[in-house]
Amino acid sequence: MRHVVSVLVQDKPGVLQRIAGLIARRGFNIESLAVGRTHQEGLSRISLVVTGDDRVLEQVEKQLNRLIEVIKVTDHSEPHVERELALVKVAVPGMEERLEIKDIAEAFRARIVDVARKSIIFELTGDSVKVHNFIEAMRPYGLMEVMRTGAVALSRGEQVLKVREKKAAV
Amino acid sequence: MNGAAAILKALERQGVTTIFGHPGGTIMPTYDALYDSPIRHILVRHEQGGVHAATAYARASGKVGVVMATSGPGALNLVTGLQDALMDSTAVVAITGNVPQALIGTDAFQEADVCGITQPVTKHNFQIRDVGDIPRVIAEAFYIASTGRPGPVLVDVPKDVQLAPFSGSFDVEINLPGYRPTFRGHPRQIERALEALERAKKPVLMVGGGAQHASAELIAFAEKTGIPVIPTLMGLGAFPGTHRQFLGMPGMHGSVAANWAIHNADTILAIGLRFDDRVTGKVSRFAPNAHTIIHVDIDPAEIGKLVSTAIPVVGDAKWVAAELAKGAKKLSIAEWWQQVDEWRTKHPFSWNPKPYLQSQEVIHAFWEATGGKAVVTSGVGQHQMFTAQFFKFDQPRSWINSGGLGTMGVGLPFAIGAALARPGELVIDFDGDGSFQMTLQELATVKKYNLPVKIVILNNGFLGMVRQWQDLFHARRYSEVYLADSNPDFAKLAEAYGIKGLTLSDRGKLAEAVQEVLEHDGPVLLDCRVHHEEGVFPMIPSGGAAEDMIIENPREAVEAGD
Ligand SMILES: Cc1ncc(C[n+]2csc(CCOP(=O)(O)OP(=O)(O)O)c2C)c(N)n1
Repeated sequence: MRHVVSVLVQDKPGVLQRIAGLIARRGFNIESLAVGRTHQEGLSRISLVVTGDDRVLEQVEKQLNRLIEVIKVTDHSEPHVERELALVKVAVPGMEERLEIKDIAEAFRARIVDVARKSIIFELTGDSVKVHNFIEAMRPYGLMEVMRTGAVALSRGEQVLKVREKKAAV
Repeated sequence: MNGAAAILKALERQGVTTIFGHPGGTIMPTYDALYDSPIRHILVRHEQGGVHAATAYARASGKVGVVMATSGPGALNLVTGLQDALMDSTAVVAITGNVPQALIGTDAFQEADVCGITQPVTKHNFQIRDVGDIPRVIAEAFYIASTGRPGPVLVDVPKDVQLAPFSGSFDVEINLPGYRPTFRGHPRQIERALEALERAKKPVLMVGGGAQHASAELIAFAEKTGIPVIPTLMGLGAFPGTHRQFLGMPGMHGSVAANWAIHNADTILAIGLRFDDRVTGKVSRFAPNAHTIIHVDIDPAEIGKLVSTAIPVVGDAKWVAAELAKGAKKLSIAEWWQQVDEWRTKHPFSWNPKPYLQSQEVIHAFWEATGGKAVVTSGVGQHQMFTAQFFKFDQPRSWINSGGLGTMGVGLPFAIGAALARPGELVIDFDGDGSFQMTLQELATVKKYNLPVKIVILNNGFLGMVRQWQDLFHARRYSEVYLADSNPDFAKLAEAYGIKGLTLSDRGKLAEAVQEVLEHDGPVLLDCRVHHEEGVFPMIPSGGAAEDMIIENPREAVEAGD
């Protein structure tokens, strides 16, 4: 099972190293990890994608909660918005392919951000499945470079991750 | 006042009276400040000795143990001891010096990435970059180390921070929004636990190292319910070893009664333990008849990590045990006791007397002579298991050994820490000839502070535990475990440090030797030349289950038949 986990952390030196180290040490399979600041000073937010059964998920959450700088952990089992940004550089051998590629990109609502004689860079946002499908659609033309940010997620509605009550602490 | 003096002042404010450590260039400002501080510093001969001593100090006293070291090599020598403290959940604060901030990251002399390296071996670590943060960080370090599930915390202080002028306040507020240990167990869960116990026909109470501070509550609960009690290696002493409800420790070298009781139990109440594989054996075959496992632990991450739990209770062992005791009823388990008693009577820990000296009888003799009134430490190996089997611990915090990491060499430094934490009390280190040699330089520390520790080496001339495995599982191919040809004369070695040394090889003189050791006013080392091919039994082979238990030494049966 694929799980998207959000982690609210104090923005202190070494936090990311701690989290990445913990995940690796405990042998959890991590698919992606994205980090960024929040609107609140001193707080960052991490989106983690892990695969495993419920037991694995429970352990990931509990182990993350043991870290002193981790304020809150949640997994997005509830309705949520999930997005990933990808930059995809595709080889363009000739005119004919260029048209085909543009058609595909339009279907995926990918934006062209760079055009060269033999390549195009597309920018695409969407859930991970969409990004995956776009990449697969481009593969036959020749993928030159792919850069994905990893998934980020927010719960729909009023539900938010915030400071206060970390239920399960060490 | 400079940062260094502020560190010591902040430690003083935490109630610290004793620090273990070893100086060096980058921690020198703090050692300089120590010169004017009321805090007592114990100079060890290796930083590993210091962190182990601080660990034992913490465990024997219930306070926080403190160790100090210089940057790079000094700090790195703490790593094993920090992991040892982490695995056995001990409140230790390590203060390390570091190179000046301007040199960090330049591969400067004696620089190492101490925070990076110690991240996995500490509960948390800090690097202080601003002198003003000293009081707050020290306060947070102590708070983190000693609350929730205790553990080691490292505070790294670059030299320039120690030298910077400090004028701040020591009245600080701890600000850790992500750290809120749950102290009180959920009342509904405790109620459910009590209900499950009332329905149980074959219940057992397992007690771990996390319940060492909950002894009185555990005894109250156990006596009210009449439940059989099984303390783990780390839990020994939390429930009295001479109590009639005590079944002995479980696991690889546990008692037959404890292992069979767990195997047959329908309900297990586990308080303050983490189901280590030395306790469970193969998890899928652990406690196969237990439909209800109730797990009480202050660390939620331990609950359900290895063993499926029907009733989880997150909370402090002392608090939860008190609540359980309040609501407990006498259980009707006479039939179960009949069965348990039969196992216990038929298979006690025992040994067959031989013409030669044996470890078991040495430990037993010390237990008898002291009435069990001692703080006992050990190294790691057969002698450790024999001590756990044959010394009956009646008091909490009286058995200090390395359970989780199994660190050879802890015996002597643990004894040093215990002696400083509990002045006036008898401290005995039952050590192995292999383990002892890993940290024997701390004899100098014993001498320097005239610590009256009794060191009893169970000298079998082998890395005995490894030899036992080779004996049982590697066709007796004794690869690289023989020590006798090159062991020092331990008694003479002690004498070389100015410590009384004795050697015992004649079992007829055992009682006399025990008396001599106990009556000697000051430190003494007794080198016991025990039989070289003794085995620890019972034994559940690694990865096995209770059903695979080897109850008696198979070698002995074969040899008797020869
Ligand atoms: C630091 C360290 N190295 C290696 C081991 C592996 N080990 C476990 S028990 C043991 C032998 C211990 O020998 P000794 O201290 O003489 O005790 P005995 O088993 O003979 O009583 C060894 C090598 C360990 N536990 N710790």
